[in-house]
Amino acid sequence: MRKSTMIVTLVVVLLFIASWIFKTMTAPEVDSTFDALTQGFLVTFAAFLTLAIMSFLYQDNPFYKFAEHLYVGVSAAYAMTLGFWSTLVGNLFPRVSETLCGWFQVEFSGQHDWQFLIPPILGILLLMRLSPKGGWISRWALAFIVGTTAGLNLPRFLRSDFIEQISGTFLPLLVDWEGFGHFFSNLSLSASGQFVAILSNFVIVSGVICGLIYFFFSKEHKGAFGSASRYGIWILMITFGASFGYTVMGRISLLVGRLTFLMDDWLGIISG
Amino acid sequence: MKKEIPLFIVFITGLFMAVQFFVPHAKSEWVYEYMLDWTIIIGVFALALGIWSFVRVATNKIRRKSENWQYSIVALAGLFGMIIFGLGFWGGVESYMFRNFFNFVMVPLHATMFSLLAFFIASAAFRAFRAHSLLASVLLLSAIIIMIRFNPFLGPLSEPIDSLASWILNFPNMAAKRAIVIGIGLGMVATALKVILGIERTYLGGD
Repeated sequence: MRKSTMIVTLVVVLLFIASWIFKTMTAPEVDSTFDALTQGFLVTFAAFLTLAIMSFLYQDNPFYKFAEHLYVGVSAAYAMTLGFWSTLVGNLFPRVSETLCGWFQVEFSGQHDWQFLIPPILGILLLMRLSPKGGWISRWALAFIVGTTAGLNLPRFLRSDFIEQISGTFLPLLVDWEGFGHFFSNLSLSASGQFVAILSNFVIVSGVICGLIYFFFSKEHKGAFGSASRYGIWILMITFGASFGYTVMGRISLLVGRLTFLMDDWLGIISG
Repeated sequence: MKKEIPLFIVFITGLFMAVQFFVPHAKSEWVYEYMLDWTIIIGVFALALGIWSFVRVATNKIRRKSENWQYSIVALAGLFGMIIFGLGFWGGVESYMFRNFFNFVMVPLHATMFSLLAFFIASAAFRAFRAHSLLASVLLLSAIIIMIRFNPFLGPLSEPIDSLASWILNFPNMAAKRAIVIGIGLGMVATALKVILGIERTYLGGD
């Protein structure tokens, strides 16, 4: 280990201990010293992890790598734990075993549903993938999942992503015509005036058609077809911009949350 | 047999699930519910398979002393820590330890990791917008309108900006999203048909 790395690590460890002591001494409304110590440690550790991840903005470093690997391990375990409790304990055990329900303290459904012994068997077949010789048998369970999902998606996507979207695009281009005076009387985009309604419906109908034309590559984008395609990409660019803006604001709100944690929960500089 | 039986299972289950949609009978819905529950339960075993694979990669890295092998110990410690606290030895997901692991380890890591993307997105956008093209400017303008909508210091501009942003989201944005979704829908239907009919077989792997 390089000398500079050792010095930085030492400083971080000292700061961590100092923060732990400080947070323990200032822990609000705790019953015992142990609780105060735990609370102090947890807040300090969360702050350390936050800063460790943020340190990547400077460059890759051992603290970031530590936090990154911890995140991978913890996330995998979290998914597994939730899957176990919500699916196996919540859905399977109450239907197959009173004994298992007793162990995990969940209510038994009252009767043994033997059909529910099939999914664990298929699950065990899936685990056969780990076996060098019997790996092929895991395909049976995989085939069940793939077939069920494909069959489920076929009508569902056809209805929600195709038929519903097309039917939603069939909009009137002239709405509630009440004369020219009324037509220009309210031009605010938030209003339900005629001009805005007609413009909006026109944008939807032409946007969907031209957007689809842009993605149609079996015909060269030239002439009227090319113009429609160009209009389509304008609409697509507006959408990508809107999605980009939304994503950035979502990330910034997460950042604000982390900074609030550091300033309030950890350092206590601002009041929450 | 190694490939025929899985193809048969896919055909039967796929066909049943597709046809079931058009048969709203109590019996067919009963089987449909069962199959959905079964799929979810098998999915948990798939998760276990993933965890096992992860453990094997990490332990191999440690055993071979590959580059940065020390961090694999951290990953395994996080994994087993969370599993031990979460799988019931101290009360499961409602336990004090699991909740603390979640609130003080997982939440900070998750939120900070994703908040970091704000900086990278901003930097990538800066480079993209330097393209000086009209289309890039349209994208930028749309993004700016949506972003400043959330600004609390707009004063009298707040209402018109809000209505413009809402209009962009509800109309041009929806039009393009619809075009994309129609494409996705057609793609999904085509892929599902290929899987059910056994034309798409990559999920079976080699051999």
